[in-house]
Amino acid sequence: MNIELKTLSEIGKIKGTAGNFQVEITSQPRYIDEEKCIACGLCAEKCPKKVTDPYNTGLAKRKSAYVEYAQAVPLKYAIDDQTCIYFQKNGKCGACKKLCPTEAVDFEQKPTTAVLDVGAVILSPGFKPFDPSRFDNYSYASLPNVITSIEMERILAATGPTGGHLTRRSDDKEPKKIAWFQCVGSRDLNKCDNAYCSSVCCMYSIKEAVIAKEHAGDALDCAIFYMDTRTHGKEFEKFYNNAKDKGVRFVNSRVHTVDPVDGSDDLEVRYVTPEGEIATEIFDMIVLSVGVEISPEIINLAQRLDLDLSAGNFCETAAVDPVATSREGIYVCGAFQGPKDIPESIMEASSAACRAGMTLSAVRDELVKEKTLPEEISVEGQENRIGVFVCNCGTNIGGIADVPAIAEYARSLPGVAYVEENLFSCSQDTQEKMVEVIKEQKLNRIVVAACTPRTHEPLFQETVRNAGLNSYLFEMANIRNQCTWVHANEKDKATDKSKDLVRMAVARAALLDPISDVTVEVNKSALVIGGGAAGMTAALSLAEQGFPATIVERSSAIGGQARDLTQTWKGQAVQPVLDDMIARVEKHPDVTVLLDSEVTDATGFVGNFETQVSTNGSSQTIAHGGIIMATGGEATDTTEYLYGQNDRVSRWHDLEHHPEKLKDARTVVFIQCVGSREDQRPYCSRICCTGSILQAIAIKQADPDKNVFILYRDIRTYGEREALYKQARELGIIFIRFNLERKPEVTETADGLDVKVFDPVLQRDLLIKADLVNLATAIKPADNGKLASLYKLPLNSENFFMEAHAKLRPVECATDGIFLCGLAHYPKSLDESIAQAQAAASRAATVLSKASISISPLVSMVDTEKCIGCGLCTEVCAFGAIVLDEVEGKGYRARNISASCKGCGLCASSCPQLAIDMLHFKNEQIEAAVNAVV
Amino acid sequence: MGDFEPKIAAFLCNWCAYAGADLAGVSRLQYPSNLRTVRVMCSGRVDPGFIIKAFKQGCDGVLVSG
Repeated sequence: MNIELKTLSEIGKIKGTAGNFQVEITSQPRYIDEEKCIACGLCAEKCPKKVTDPYNTGLAKRKSAYVEYAQAVPLKYAIDDQTCIYFQKNGKCGACKKLCPTEAVDFEQKPTTAVLDVGAVILSPGFKPFDPSRFDNYSYASLPNVITSIEMERILAATGPTGGHLTRRSDDKEPKKIAWFQCVGSRDLNKCDNAYCSSVCCMYSIKEAVIAKEHAGDALDCAIFYMDTRTHGKEFEKFYNNAKDKGVRFVNSRVHTVDPVDGSDDLEVRYVTPEGEIATEIFDMIVLSVGVEISPEIINLAQRLDLDLSAGNFCETAAVDPVATSREGIYVCGAFQGPKDIPESIMEASSAACRAGMTLSAVRDELVKEKTLPEEISVEGQENRIGVFVCNCGTNIGGIADVPAIAEYARSLPGVAYVEENLFSCSQDTQEKMVEVIKEQKLNRIVVAACTPRTHEPLFQETVRNAGLNSYLFEMANIRNQCTWVHANEKDKATDKSKDLVRMAVARAALLDPISDVTVEVNKSALVIGGGAAGMTAALSLAEQGFPATIVERSSAIGGQARDLTQTWKGQAVQPVLDDMIARVEKHPDVTVLLDSEVTDATGFVGNFETQVSTNGSSQTIAHGGIIMATGGEATDTTEYLYGQNDRVSRWHDLEHHPEKLKDARTVVFIQCVGSREDQRPYCSRICCTGSILQAIAIKQADPDKNVFILYRDIRTYGEREALYKQARELGIIFIRFNLERKPEVTETADGLDVKVFDPVLQRDLLIKADLVNLATAIKPADNGKLASLYKLPLNSENFFMEAHAKLRPVECATDGIFLCGLAHYPKSLDESIAQAQAAASRAATVLSKASISISPLVSMVDTEKCIGCGLCTEVCAFGAIVLDEVEGKGYRARNISASCKGCGLCASSCPQLAIDMLHFKNEQIEAAVNAVV
Repeated sequence: MGDFEPKIAAFLCNWCAYAGADLAGVSRLQYPSNLRTVRVMCSGRVDPGFIIKAFKQGCDGVLVSG
């Protein structure tokens, strides 16, 4: 209700300043009235004009009347006037208009313009995949079995043009050997202008190779030709290792030519091996792992809006304010900010929302729309009067099952007072009629036999509520998705099954009870655990939106790991920014800092936490509504490479902090992946490549005569950090790759250190006479075990906190009201920590900004009369939503914390006393459905 | 056995298996019509008693998926 979608629309100019922008918007016609369209698909089915389907990358056809893809939002059809016969041939055709059951087709629609008054703007225009047609050497344009990774995605998709069956394009043969070429359109100034790394291609190619093997069987040979594997995301390295275990081959080479094999559709690949030999290999199919690119339209938009762009045409932002564009009040997120994957994009989206929220906090809630509802009718003591609405869904149900027969059958069921057939139960007019019918017929339970409750239950619940009934007096029978669609060739059986499903739904509906909404009041303050850059940013972001924050810091000063940093990867000095941040934290009236403090105990739930904090031995209880986990991390110690035994061996920023050591040094060697990407820490620490290269560049720039070596396994300067790698090589810094089997060896000599490393290009050992060796040791999280057990938060196997969903909820913990940022989540650079901290603050603000929050009332209910206090329920509950209370004279009794309950029902099915039931999924309600199965 | 049409009661988790069954529909994957689904909020909700009840009612098989 508070989000308006303007599709088919483009931004012209944005006038004004932060807090008061006027945005020009031009909307192109859809030719289908969004209000009327019910997405039945009849227009597309009947449209005679077939065109290439861009969503399926041209591998399939769609119609001129179309919906872009099955999950499109809004799920409304559109007519493409560039191909539609009506528009192209002077009004001939118009089949869709004649057949549309809701008269939604409107050929008279014209483009419209509007000016929106807004306070802040967020840009998330995305990217376009690189088009490799111009690369002659890969013959993408001429050889059908050379495809892009985007085409491969569609081929592997169950909803794709081949139904997920892996075949190649020239002859529909199932391939036996597939090669992926990495960095097509990325890290390449030779054949295109994209110097940056696209960040996402290594991971998606590995994923495609693994899925391809899952589809086609283990015998499928998948080879990935790469320059450096860049699996720097959380849990990505493990995925890469698994792929290797599953037999995906990784070949360290950039392929220079693809040639057709005479007499077949196969392809010959010529490449140089790491040892410098020319090799050839024949594949059935080649996938070009194309990079991301900012389209000319977006570059135009940026120019219209007067925004600075980076060298790679991404939106320029400062590393310390990572989503703020060069124009105040305009924020950016996603791939336009820099190449990134889904979790990072989502994180950044919340970060942009946070910055916009800070800009708009003075006027929060002023334009929020709220719905008013009629008073609820009590149905207590009434006899059942169940209304059953059977939907035809156009022909989706009615074309297969016998809807009149199902309706007739429904009339015979006990408690049913009214039955109706609808063409489309979900259409606006049917909804309105349904409200009237419920009132007229005095119905008190409603069953809709139609599609799936997962998409339509909320809509019908609202309708039921609009008629004055409690929204839980409603049940759906899924006779489309789980019946007619999957039994399309068995019409009688589909009808029989539909009758059974209606009978089960009616039996369950007869026992449904009204459930009142559960709301809890919210304490509008937050506890931030950890006072590093992430914690401080989160606290400031909340405080500046009016939500007080308390920072609990274990050490005696705030600042965290950022105090060690000299510069960001974009070259900005860190210390002045950090000093400013610390000063703002200390000055802000709504930020309290508790130093030398630790969390010792915690209770409560979203909106109402109580945390015990001990400060130098004295304890206090803090009440707060949300929690931000910003416990940070640190570089590990090591015993490798003489660290701790020889003063010439240092780690991380030691050298930067002791520049005097460098004065007489002639040769400095950096060693990467010290303790990362190994068995004990099988993850990439993400920031070390960029960190060492930044230091190496500074050393070389200060004194070009110094020899600087970086010994690495894969250089992972993702995104536009790649420019640093290029600059380092141009400055003469020497990069030597090593592998785990042949790690470098450091030995002490009379006047320095000998570093022995096997050079794969020269195929021989090199001996570097080094004065200094600096180690990039692994980054580990703080000791999160105690906090994890206090707040019931899961940790991954390396003790980083786990997010609620790796892709879609990257800053939320599984427990409501607890959010996550910085190194506590995974190693990340300062700009990424700041973005995630803003994101965590933004997500926390969605809780704190409300006076009270509604929680799902489908929760567990303990009957304390039956409970014997055995505690099994508290043990099985993963959310801390049941606790044991001591009751005088009775021992223990379980008590629900409804706000934390997710409604899974594990407690109910575990309770030996049957003392627990689940609202809306009560034993008797489920059993009624089970009894009605046969 | 040739004409045997088993009745199978299926307890499907709303968040995964039930969503999967919906997706099978969206993808128009065809399968035998013997399943009768009971939606639950988590397969953890399925009390062993429900399964016994289903058999007692005459079901030939029970699927718990989540």
